[in-house]
This record gives sequence, structure tokens and C-alpha cells, in this order.
Amino acid sequence: MSFLSLDQLRKSFGATQVVKNFNLDIEQGEFVSLLGPSGCGKTTVLRMIAGFESPSHGVIRIGDADVTARRPNQRNVGMVFQAYALFPNLTVAQNVAFGLKVKGVGKAQSAARVAEMLSLVGLGDFGKRYPFQLSGGQQQRVALARALAVQPQVLLLDEPLSALDAKIRVSLREEIREIQQRLGITTVFVTHDQEEALSMSDRIVVMHGGMAQQIGAPHEIYSSPANRFVAEFVGRLNVLDAEVTDAAQGHVSVGGIEIPTGRPLTPGTVPLALRPEAISLGPAPGHDISFTGTVTEVQFLGSVIRVGTHMGGAPVLLDTFNRTGRRPPQLGEKLEFSFNSKGVILLE
Amino acid sequence: MKPKLWSWLVFLIGFAYFALPLIGTLEFSLRKRRGEYSLDAYAWVFEDPQFRETFGYSVVMALLTIVFGMLLVVPTAYWVRLKYPRLRPLFEFITLLPLVIPPIVIVFGYIRLYNTSSFLPMTGTTFGTNMLLMFGYVTLSLPYMYRAVDTGLRTIDVRTLTEAAQSLGAGWVTIIGRIILPNVLIAVMSGAFVTFAIVIGEFVLAALLNRPAFGPYMQLIGANRAYEPAALAVIAFAITWFCIGLMQLASRMTPQSRAKRS
Ligand SMILES: Nc1ncnc2c1ncn2[C@@H]1O[C@H](COP(=O)(O)OP(=O)(O)O)[C@@H](O)[C@H]1O
Ligand SMILES: [Mg+2]
Repeated sequence: MSFLSLDQLRKSFGATQVVKNFNLDIEQGEFVSLLGPSGCGKTTVLRMIAGFESPSHGVIRIGDADVTARRPNQRNVGMVFQAYALFPNLTVAQNVAFGLKVKGVGKAQSAARVAEMLSLVGLGDFGKRYPFQLSGGQQQRVALARALAVQPQVLLLDEPLSALDAKIRVSLREEIREIQQRLGITTVFVTHDQEEALSMSDRIVVMHGGMAQQIGAPHEIYSSPANRFVAEFVGRLNVLDAEVTDAAQGHVSVGGIEIPTGRPLTPGTVPLALRPEAISLGPAPGHDISFTGTVTEVQFLGSVIRVGTHMGGAPVLLDTFNRTGRRPPQLGEKLEFSFNSKGVILLE
Repeated sequence: MKPKLWSWLVFLIGFAYFALPLIGTLEFSLRKRRGEYSLDAYAWVFEDPQFRETFGYSVVMALLTIVFGMLLVVPTAYWVRLKYPRLRPLFEFITLLPLVIPPIVIVFGYIRLYNTSSFLPMTGTTFGTNMLLMFGYVTLSLPYMYRAVDTGLRTIDVRTLTEAAQSLGAGWVTIIGRIILPNVLIAVMSGAFVTFAIVIGEFVLAALLNRPAFGPYMQLIGANRAYEPAALAVIAFAITWFCIGLMQLASRMTPQSRAKRS
């Protein structure tokens, strides 16, 4: 049995249904991200787990208990908010101790736990400060320590990194993941940033329009997207319209370039997708399709160079490693490109 | 140059408007002895036991009013902001009513509702009447208290802080007592200053409920003596400002405001 289970959750605000039949089972110690564009219902799902919203329909179980009707202060669920939500009138140590004090934990025990939590998030010396004396990243660490201090069964994070600047965002996400793994705490992380979700999660739930579009490990989501929405939302994608030339064999053509898809199709046109990193410059082992194109765009991104060209008339982008000693492609150059037909994603 | 001249002129007019009566009163209060300035009027006031009794009574009433007002207004304003934000205009209107309805109407209503032959004979006992007077004062201070607290609540993210506390296991009493109240304390204080000043000088409620408050005492002295009312006014003014200063000081002792200044 899973540790946290959401069974047929629905939520309506007035006449609009914001969450539609949402099912999710999370194992103990698993890190699951809810990923989707703004307004797709991620926060609403999270708030239902926390108990701040009650579902219009469905059941929420934590451990073996049905918590659907429990109030938020009886769920033992830790929450971290985008806006930190530290208590401004309390010091950092008092903030972290708040939940312990509510539980009636003794002074000495509470002080020890606060010290442990603050050193866990690397803020051992900041106990006497007030929240406004900390940077955003530090405040969010305190919020994490505060949520973890009471040893919740589930940790919920609602876009905790969105208010921070890019550099801190990356370092803090690594830190959160490390702490989560060290404590083995079951975690649901809400984000609209695919890079965050891909880099941190055991599993990702891609959401759209109040529904889960696909649930899977990051590499599954990335390499075998279940539908067009997932394919386009996660990662960069070249989408090409292909003419079906042999419906039974599943052969298609993009501007004269024949591609086998390996499965029967219906006659007409189908949308195809190719990840930029699936196309390589020049021939490569296993690449069965090649084409020549003129370089229309060169973006130097450090370790990677993003090149724009045309494939059978359609514009495509490809990523190639920036190898030492090799001359980057030049604008206007005519080059050969190749890819493996197995890397082609058929979109519904 | 011109705007500066104007602002000085306005300042002088304002200063004259507020300060001249005070200076006049002060000067008059010192002239009890013929031909020279003296503190005789003050000595008379301080020796009058009624002065101490009525002033003490009003100070206690003012403090009780502030405490009860806080207990009534802080949870109410918090609840409205959290759960019924659309009802805020209604609550603002209700709390404004005491400015529109004269105290004399309020007190006649009280006497009719709570007289000795009513369902709740509060005027039957001294304690009951004192309570009634205190609740009357709470009503009079509502417009200032509610606005001050509501403004204070605007400076914090009421909803998120509440949810954060809830997820840590806190119930309503803990949330209001440990999170909401401390964060609006400075705002509450500013409401408390006004309340204090209102209660110390209030006449109508105390006189009609026949309680020994400072307002009716001032009226009594004013009607019967010459120089002493002026001295009394100056003393009342000084003590009120002193008390307000003390409260200001107390509010600065909160950890938050201390931290903010450091
Ligand atoms: N309390 C509410 N009342 C009415 N509509 C709401 C409420 N909360 C959220 N919504 C609506 O539900 C939709 C999903 O919101 P939300 O779960 O916050 O999305 P996300 O977190 O994915 O951006 C949005 O269209 C939002 O306007
Ligand atoms: Mg959201």
C-alpha cells in the first residue's frame, strides 16, 4: 500500500471545476513533483492534502488513516510556502520551535531539536535573528526547518524557490533534495519550472487543466511523453508536420526525408517531435536518418551549442556539445545532420 | 521661498489654534492669589479626595476598556479579514455608527434595556453598572480601535501566516494570541491612546449612569469654582499625556519593534 494516496480528488470553486478526478499514490520517502503551467490546479491539490481546502469529492489517505475530514492542525503535514510565511514577531529559533511548543514539547528537548534543525539547513548561528534580518534564501531555509521540526508525515512545498534569484534557486533545490533524502520524508513539491521538477524528483506528475497528464520518472516523462501537452511542456521540442506515406508500415515523410516510425498510422498528416539533443552534427553511431541543411542560427550556451537549421523545409533546433578544439558551426554553412528514427516522438 | 512662507503661516495658525487656549488656561490657573502667580489652585485640587477617587476610577475604566476592546476587536477584525473579506465594508460601517449616534442615545438605550425590571438588570448593582459603563466606552472607542487594528492586519499576510501556524498544529487561540495579536500590538496601541483620552474626558455616559468618573467631577468643579477648573484641566492634560507616553514606551518594549530599530 502506498503511504500517501489521493483517490479521485475533485475540487470545484463555484461552477468551475479546478481539479478533475486526480489520482496519485506516493510511496514512503518518495519525492513527487506536481509540474504544470500556472492555474492548472497544482496549489489546489497541495492545499487539499494540507487540509486548507476540502475536496468536493474523493479521499485522501496518509499512512493508513483517512484524513479527508481532518482539520489542517490535526494532519501532521509540514508546509513550506512560496512567500516563506515566517512569523515576523518571533526569532528564527522561536519560529522553528513554534510547532514543538504547540505540541507541548519540553524546553530542553525543544531547544535541542531547534539547534539540530537549524544546523541541518546550515543556519546554526542564526537562531537569535528576526526573519526580516535574513535574505530570502535564508528565510526559506528557516521555513523548511520549521516545517521539519515537528517530524511531519508528509512535507508539502508550494513553489518554494520561485521568489528567489536564479543562483540561490539552484543551490537551494539541491539542498532540499539532499535533506529530503537524508530524512527519508515523503514529499510533494509544486513547481511550474520543469528543470526543477526534472532535477529533484523521483517521480513527476505533469498537470494540465486540473488533470494529471502523465505520472512517471523524470526520464520517462522526458523521453516518452504521453501526449502533446507533456512533450511540449517538458523540455524543448521540435514539432514537425509529417506526411504519412505508408500507413500500414508506419512510414512518414518530412519534406522528402523518409522516417520509419515503427507503428501503423492513419493516412494524412501526423505531428512528430524531436528533442534538440536527438539530432547530431554529422553522422553518429546508430543514426539511421541524415539530411543536409544550412545553419540559420548559432547560440553559444557554454557547454552546449544550440544550432538552428531546416529539415525538409521545417525549422529545427539541435543541441551539440561544445568540444574543445572543435570549431563551432558558422552561420550560412551547409552541413550534414543525423538522428535515430527511434528518437522520434509521435504526438497524439 | 514662497511655499516655505505658506507652510510657516499654516503652522503658526495651527499652533495658535491648539496652543493658545492651553497657554491661556495655564496662565489663568496660576492666578488664584491676587497680584502674583501661585500654585494655590493646584494645591486645592490635589488635596481634594474626590479628585483622586474620580481620576483613579476613570483610569481603571480606561484600561479595562482597552483590554476588552482589544479582546473584542482583534479576533473580529482578524476573522473578517480571513474568512469574510467581502463583509469588510459592512463591519467598517457598523464600527462607524458610534460616531453618528450620540452617546446620549446609547445611554438611554442601555438604561431602558438593562434597568432593574428588565431581563438583564445590570443597573441593579454597582458592579453591573460599572460593566455597563465599560461596555459603553468600548462602543465609543470602536471606530478608532477597529480601524487601527484593521490597518495593522493589512501589514501582515494574515492568511498565509494562519495556514503556516495551522500546519504546525496550532488552534485559533494560539494563532490569535501568539501570531496575530503580537503583530498588530503597535497598531492596537495607537487605538488604545485614543480610547484612553476618550474615556478620561467622557461625561455623558458616566453622568447618566451615575458613576463617580472624572468627567462629571470636572463638570462639578467647573460649575462651582473659579480657578480650580483651569488647574484641573491642565492636570488632566498632563496626566493623560503622561499615561499615553507610558503606553508608547510599553509598546516599544515588544521584541519586534526593538528588533526593527536595531
Ligand atoms: N479560493 C479560490 N476560489 C476560486 N477560484 C480559485 C480559488 N483558488 C484557486 N482558484 C482557481 O483555481 C485554478 C487553479 O488554481 P491553483 O491551484 O492555484 O493553480 P496553480 O497552483 O497550478 O497555479 C485557478 O484558475 C484559480 O483561479
Ligand atoms: Mg500555485
